[in-house]
Amino acid sequence: MIVEALAFYMFAFIAVAAGVLVISSKNPVHSVLFLILAFFNSAGLFVLLGAEFLAMILVVVYVGAVAVLFMFVVMMLDINFTELRSGFLQYLPLGGLVGLILLAEMVVVAGGWQSIAGGAKLAEAAAPIVKSTSNTHALGEIVYTHYVYLFQAAGLILLVAMIGAIVLTHRRRTGVKRQRIADQNARGTDTVEVRKVEVGKGI
Amino acid sequence: MSIDQIIPALPEIFVACMIMALLMLGVFQKGALADQDVKSFRLISGLSVGVLGLTILLVVMLADRQLMAFNNMFVVDGFATYAKVLVLIASGCAIVLSAGYMERNGVARFEYAVLVVFATLGMMMMISANDLISLYMGLEMQSLSLYVIASFQRDDQRSTEAGLKYFVLGALASGMLLYGASMVYGFSGTTNFSVLADLLKGGTPSVGLVVGIVFVVAGLAFKVSAVPFHMWTPDVYEGAPTPVTAFFAVAPKIAALALFTRVMMEPFGEAADSWRQVIIFISVASMILGAVAAVAQKNIKRLMAYSSIGHVGYALIGLCVANETGVRGILVYLAIYLVMNVGAFACILCMKRGDRMVEQISDLAGMSKTHPTIAFAFLVFMFSMAGVPPLAGFFAKLYIFWAAVDAGLMAVAIIGVLTSVIGAFYYLRIVRVMYFEDAEDPLDAGVSRELKILIGVTAFIICFFFIQPNLILEPAAAAAKALLAG
Repeated sequence: MIVEALAFYMFAFIAVAAGVLVISSKNPVHSVLFLILAFFNSAGLFVLLGAEFLAMILVVVYVGAVAVLFMFVVMMLDINFTELRSGFLQYLPLGGLVGLILLAEMVVVAGGWQSIAGGAKLAEAAAPIVKSTSNTHALGEIVYTHYVYLFQAAGLILLVAMIGAIVLTHRRRTGVKRQRIADQNARGTDTVEVRKVEVGKGI
Repeated sequence: MSIDQIIPALPEIFVACMIMALLMLGVFQKGALADQDVKSFRLISGLSVGVLGLTILLVVMLADRQLMAFNNMFVVDGFATYAKVLVLIASGCAIVLSAGYMERNGVARFEYAVLVVFATLGMMMMISANDLISLYMGLEMQSLSLYVIASFQRDDQRSTEAGLKYFVLGALASGMLLYGASMVYGFSGTTNFSVLADLLKGGTPSVGLVVGIVFVVAGLAFKVSAVPFHMWTPDVYEGAPTPVTAFFAVAPKIAALALFTRVMMEPFGEAADSWRQVIIFISVASMILGAVAAVAQKNIKRLMAYSSIGHVGYALIGLCVANETGVRGILVYLAIYLVMNVGAFACILCMKRGDRMVEQISDLAGMSKTHPTIAFAFLVFMFSMAGVPPLAGFFAKLYIFWAAVDAGLMAVAIIGVLTSVIGAFYYLRIVRVMYFEDAEDPLDAGVSRELKILIGVTAFIICFFFIQPNLILEPAAAAAKALLAG
């Protein structure tokens, strides 16, 4: 038990600290590296919860793909991050005030927290903890059976995003010679002329 | 899962498959030959209109009773059928309207029609949503397609600006909606509309739930562009290409208002006393702003934007009432709003001079001499929007105000009448410019056949609605009944 608690505090502490460092470090490359650290520790938290599939996905997708993509973006785009941050102190008082007001409001709302009669039972029923099935199996059942409609809809939304990106940015370049195999095959013999060349003379 | 589970969503599945087929057809056709853009644009636009027409048939075939699908996340009832038919007609008209404009401005690319149909699919999903998650999915599919077509004229600075503005503010609104949805889930333990309705039947909702509802209302109010979430509307309407504006003004508004009505009446209907004041404020503020701010406009697309804000205000009166007559009022209003706006935008699309589109109100001067029939049709639409009897717009407002007076919301009804009098001023100003001012530089003469047909049909419906009002009234009443029964 004590090991579990210790592991939890270690993962949680490092995840939060890495998160703070992501936004506070001056060098954007360091930010991305800290982000990877935060992802790893969140994966650790998932493992502690018994959600091993999510933990693996987090590492594979976020560390393996998203973080690398971020790294590319940071390196390829010439953004002056210190300039972006220059207004930070200037907006801090106002932003802080808005944040405080929001916090106070949240406390008021949470103070009156009272679920509708029968509501808590519903929330439990949405994600039952089943000992007999594996993580992957349970997730598959939720995503591909219960929520298949939403899953397909999400796929279509991604298709819209793809079409949108192509429509808005793709340009047909002029002056590019394209290879058309059908045209090449359809060429007749008249385009080639066979000449008899005498030795030493040329055409 | 058996096949019965999928049948209710048949129209949506059909549209989704057809979109992909059209996309493939367009891509391969374009790839086959260089400079096929205009040709494939025409082909895909024509086929899209056909697909939308077939979908109307499918939707109507499923109309007889309430059906649920996909673990009750998707519902088909009389209300959904009515709203879907309106949305499909609106999208079809929008594609027809855009044909000439897109070709003239060199943005005739087949993806336009595909994206419009995609947006329509999103709207159908919104209308049929029976769960906060499916609501959000439909809304996002619609919004993402709309962001792209707002900036479809990508070499035009105003169009890209409109798309960007719409995107940033739309994302913010989606965030608010999601925040509200998470609060609702947190305080009730479910996102399903039917279950929520059952939970709310006994007793008053907790504070947290009301906060959640208000955030959901804020998100939805943005999508219907009601005050105080209207700021994006004039800029986006002005910047987007005119046929896109025509589409924005009609189909998404109808879908979002239908969704708004379902969300407020079905899951949260029992808590009507908790949210009524919010809707009353939104409705009154929209009516007032729509009437007052439009007076100073010089650009006709901006004017139509403020006019649509006002119309949303009137339609929302039906929601303040929150009973069957109110919902019937909204549905009748939406149908007539659809016809008026399609007609008015078809007239606006006739405004070109030397192959360039003009959009100032002063450019309309002398239209009665150069285009007498179109000027007359425009006059009909403007009178109808102002609510002059016996045109259809008058009846739309009548049924709404009637419902409000019936439910004892006298003050709202009186404000509505007053603002429509103020609104009449700017509608009539357009008529004055067309009929009593002389043109220095008249508009071009040629008007395409599609526009003429659309203008003729819509003007006919607006003029002669009063002879057979039951053609719209009865389906609307049945749809309202279906919503309240479910």
